[in-house]
Amino acid sequence: MHIIENITIIGGFDKKGNPEIITELIVNKGEIIGIVGPTGSGKSQLISDIEQLAQFDTSSKRQILINGKTPSYELRNNPRKKMVAQLSQNMNFVADMTVTEFLTLHAKCRGKSINDVGKIITLANELTGEPIKQNDNLTILSGGQSRALMVADVAIISESPIVLIDEIENAGIKKYEALELLSGQGKIVLVVTHDPVLALTSQKRIFMKNGAMQGIIFSTVEERIASEKLNIIDKNMLVLREKVRAGETITNINF
Amino acid sequence: MKLIIVAGTPGAGKTSILLHTIKILKQSYKPSVVKIDCLNTDDDKRFAKLDVPVLLGLAKDMCPDHFSIYNIQEMIEFANKNKSDMLIMETAGLCHRCAPYTNNSIGVCIIDATSGPNNPTKVGPFLSSADIVAITKGDIISQAEREIFRERILEVNPNCKIIDMNGISGQGAAELANMISKITICESKTDSLRHNAPFSVCTLCVGEKRVDKKHHRGLLRKMDGFQQYIGE
Repeated sequence: MHIIENITIIGGFDKKGNPEIITELIVNKGEIIGIVGPTGSGKSQLISDIEQLAQFDTSSKRQILINGKTPSYELRNNPRKKMVAQLSQNMNFVADMTVTEFLTLHAKCRGKSINDVGKIITLANELTGEPIKQNDNLTILSGGQSRALMVADVAIISESPIVLIDEIENAGIKKYEALELLSGQGKIVLVVTHDPVLALTSQKRIFMKNGAMQGIIFSTVEERIASEKLNIIDKNMLVLREKVRAGETITNINF
Repeated sequence: MKLIIVAGTPGAGKTSILLHTIKILKQSYKPSVVKIDCLNTDDDKRFAKLDVPVLLGLAKDMCPDHFSIYNIQEMIEFANKNKSDMLIMETAGLCHRCAPYTNNSIGVCIIDATSGPNNPTKVGPFLSSADIVAITKGDIISQAEREIFRERILEVNPNCKIIDMNGISGQGAAELANMISKITICESKTDSLRHNAPFSVCTLCVGEKRVDKKHHRGLLRKMDGFQQYIGE
């Protein structure tokens, strides 16, 4: 696989056509970068630009460089050479097939072993409260199950040096564990989020407004401590959620 | 003159994608556009806004793909009259069994990713004989499904170039315009189809409405695959 030291995001234009304030941003391997901003501020577009390795051809007119160079057509289009794994907001599976059939097909596309299929389902079930069975049809999976399956799929089959995550918080899965699983060692990770649990985990975050990158915020020591506390709260919330779902009553909360 | 024939599933985004692409092509070419549809359309007005010559063809009672093929010469004359160096023809595209691409055209197939990963193996020559395949609406499904969809396309058409496109944002339009520019093939009077259209000469073709088998004559095929000529 292509060795990636860094990616460069070359600024384009905001929604009104003004040049972006951040004109160039280099993200090095091993970094986890958050992307924050109000709804409609262009967070998903930024992620999508990186996923496509945009060459001035998207609505933002940004350019993405790999190791300081323009990526080739092959790198941009062939999934076997693809360096980007993406977990998007869109959790809809449209394929009418079972979980196993789907994972087997995807493993073949990426040139991976089909022996990983069982491993992916086990991994997904560690992230979600509702277990996924291998013969479940994809289209009946809940939001949380779909998301957990996509995380495990990205971690094992789409294993890539650049990982893009768009709003992992919208589904009932263990966020922190999911992020850990996805980021691994020496990867470039960008996470779009409104969620302080995830936003404070990253070392840097890009602040978006009006379709443009407005500024870079560096996380402080206080934020890192806060992040750990939030993670504990988050895990407790998930336990409560499963109890409520199972028809139990909640007697006391101590966290 | 470059002849570009664009086919695709209904609602896949053919017109939207062409609008974005023509804006870019206009910088180096003088394109004419022909829009073929079945009964009615407003798409010709959308193209006209780009300030390029537009010709509308409605197939009415004729199969729209057969109509496109039969009228190619007239379309080329229209483009010549407008001093164009490029003719872009958007077909109505219905059954996909026909592939209106000719040997000397650039065949572009536009296919919707939400149609499901089994779709590429169902649709036939309009996909398998295309030079360029543009996949639309990929942003609505997961990356894994996008990759499977792409692989399925390569199974039926291993030599095509694939582009991920978005009719709303215009993503991929620059790449499509670039590919079209690089293919040098031009239309000719001796041009022929890449793939035969389905042969169907029967009473249904000439307007028979009664369903019962006894009313039909011609070259007909049964559910079990048996094909025969029924008639005098």
